[in-house]
Amino acid sequence: MTKKEWPLWEIFIRGQHGLNHRHVGSLHAPDAEMAIKNARDVYTRRKEGVSIWVVPSAAITASSPSEKGPLFDPAESKVYRHPTFFDIPDEVGHM
Amino acid sequence: MYAQMVKSEGMKSPEEMSPEERAFQERVDRGEKIEPKEWMPEGYRKTLIRQMGQHAHSEIVGQLPEGNWITRAPTLERKAILLAKVQDEAGHGLYLYSAAETLGVSRDELMEKLHSGAMKYSSIFNYPTLTWADMGAVGWLVDGAAIMNQVPLQRTSYGPYSRAMIRICKEESFHQRQGYAIMMKMAQGTPEQKEMAQDALNRFWYPSLMMFGPSDKDSVHSAQSMAWKIKMNTNDELRQKFVDETVPQAKYLGLTVPDETLKWNEERGHYDFAEPDWDEFFEVIKGNGPCNEERLGARREAWDKGAWFRDGLTAYAEKAAARRAASNVAAE
Amino acid sequence: MPSLPDVATPDVVTLAERAAAAQAQDPHVADVALKTAFFDWLCRMGDNSLILGHRISEWCGHGPVLEEDIALANTALDLIGHTQMWLGLAAEVEGAGRSADDLAFLRDAMKFRNLKLVELPNGDMAVTLMREFLFDAFHFELLTALTKSSSPRVAEIAAKALKEVSYHLERSSDLVVRLGDGTEESHARMQAALNKVWGYTGEMFAEDAIDDAVAEAGIAPALSDLLPFWQRTVGEVLEEATLRQPEQRFDAHSGGKQGRHTEHLGYILAEMQFLQRAYPGASW
Repeated sequence: MTKKEWPLWEIFIRGQHGLNHRHVGSLHAPDAEMAIKNARDVYTRRKEGVSIWVVPSAAITASSPSEKGPLFDPAESKVYRHPTFFDIPDEVGHM
Repeated sequence: MYAQMVKSEGMKSPEEMSPEERAFQERVDRGEKIEPKEWMPEGYRKTLIRQMGQHAHSEIVGQLPEGNWITRAPTLERKAILLAKVQDEAGHGLYLYSAAETLGVSRDELMEKLHSGAMKYSSIFNYPTLTWADMGAVGWLVDGAAIMNQVPLQRTSYGPYSRAMIRICKEESFHQRQGYAIMMKMAQGTPEQKEMAQDALNRFWYPSLMMFGPSDKDSVHSAQSMAWKIKMNTNDELRQKFVDETVPQAKYLGLTVPDETLKWNEERGHYDFAEPDWDEFFEVIKGNGPCNEERLGARREAWDKGAWFRDGLTAYAEKAAARRAASNVAAE
Repeated sequence: MPSLPDVATPDVVTLAERAAAAQAQDPHVADVALKTAFFDWLCRMGDNSLILGHRISEWCGHGPVLEEDIALANTALDLIGHTQMWLGLAAEVEGAGRSADDLAFLRDAMKFRNLKLVELPNGDMAVTLMREFLFDAFHFELLTALTKSSSPRVAEIAAKALKEVSYHLERSSDLVVRLGDGTEESHARMQAALNKVWGYTGEMFAEDAIDDAVAEAGIAPALSDLLPFWQRTVGEVLEEATLRQPEQRFDAHSGGKQGRHTEHLGYILAEMQFLQRAYPGASW
């Protein structure tokens, strides 16, 4: 019987096209270095990534779900942040 | 499916629900995703843990029947493909355990429940893989049946489960095809190979039909799970869909589905087919299938024999952290 | 076919021919005087990967923890990939119409050229990891040298394999350190594993006429040149792992490279070659 379970880590991977690191899932590992190695083996089996971040799941502070309204509603009013807000005539072509 | 006969909770009418429960149900009805720390009915949480746990257990026990043949694969390429596929199953188990862990249960707890028999895994993995054609049949039929269920589960209401299913479906796309490719080779091969292919279909047909769980009329837990969108289709719907898709594939192979009653029903627009032997199904679920002992035994052994490995790495990590802390203090 | 339209790629043969044509011209491949030695040496490379990959693949589904199960399968997959390349080139050099699969599945033990080290049974994870580490440390040095081979084909395979083997070494050496310096039990198991396999490591550096011939042709390095590098890596890792290098001879067991194996190989082949032997000529 194992005495102590390995801690859980959240894994973030940056793909080949220079986009931001993206959360891909979690795994167990005894420490950060092993978490990176395990992440390579578990989450890049199909050459998905070029850079890996690992964060102990316990270290993540999440926005509280009950505050979901106040945190996210204001952005909904800023519709100008979305490209479809702007009406561009068809003659202008693709933008 | 990979999660058969998951015990769910009694279904409440809107009038019986508390205001929170009603609000929750409305969110689910609107197609919103439920995320880990949000309020959820205790029954929803428990049912999900049972279902995801069972699904995860099925993935890792499911490594074994195919793992059987990795060392006997007939060519280097087949060996690599099979190994990659069985490895994927370990990965899928890992994703699903992780998703279950967001509900406040640890992976080790789930493992222990598998090993003690308190939690189940899919009945299909208690059948033996006897010839190389079984690698074809498992990929084609078993993965094919699993996909029927997993594709709609990508839309399940629980966010982490849905995301795990999306990743799994993406990775599994090659699994069924590699199985079918093996079946094609066998079915077009020597008379012995063709015989093996037919025999594999004969043995795996009914166990595959059982994967969808008992008939809807005997399936007591479905209604609540469907209302919660953690079950997306009824057992019989999926079973019918599977039969309708698989029969033409068998024909293409020149193999005979072992069901004399099988017949296209023009009126229904579906095949009529024979039900599997449900007594056999319940026996297998109870632990009396052909390979229950071997499968669970192998998992227990791997876990027990691995304890020193897991503990050794934990001990090193603790020592290394202490050494780092000490050297930081010394440096200050 | 409802949901399975393009299961088979129709023109794999054309693709393979095109790939072969695009490969660098290699004078060694057609060198008649060198053929026997070159073929034998390529079998050594391929058979080491094949047999070690086979052994590691036995863990699939039985690993001590999911993450390790997955990692071991990656290593085995890499090694099977290397096998396809080495035995593929061996078959080409031999020019007798055999394929990589024919070499893997239709030779008997006396024709296998792998080291005895890689055919040893897995034992516990300690034996598996220690065996892999000691081989990885050698494999890494060998492939590094082979990237400068006078044979462009060999250099090309080595460069591909080296990327993966660098990671194998990183992982196995890290685990040896961690488990050696872990709990009392993990330490004891790692030390026992080291003692058990140590006597098989010297064979990696034992040179014979085949090694001399390929070294002479500039295809491969002299194995004895690799020894100091291997000793340094192994010495450093074992020290960090708080493990003691055994005093017994490291070259107590050899002969695998010449086809004189342990009893274990016969069982590996009986299992691995079963289908090809039972159904001769069938296509899979």
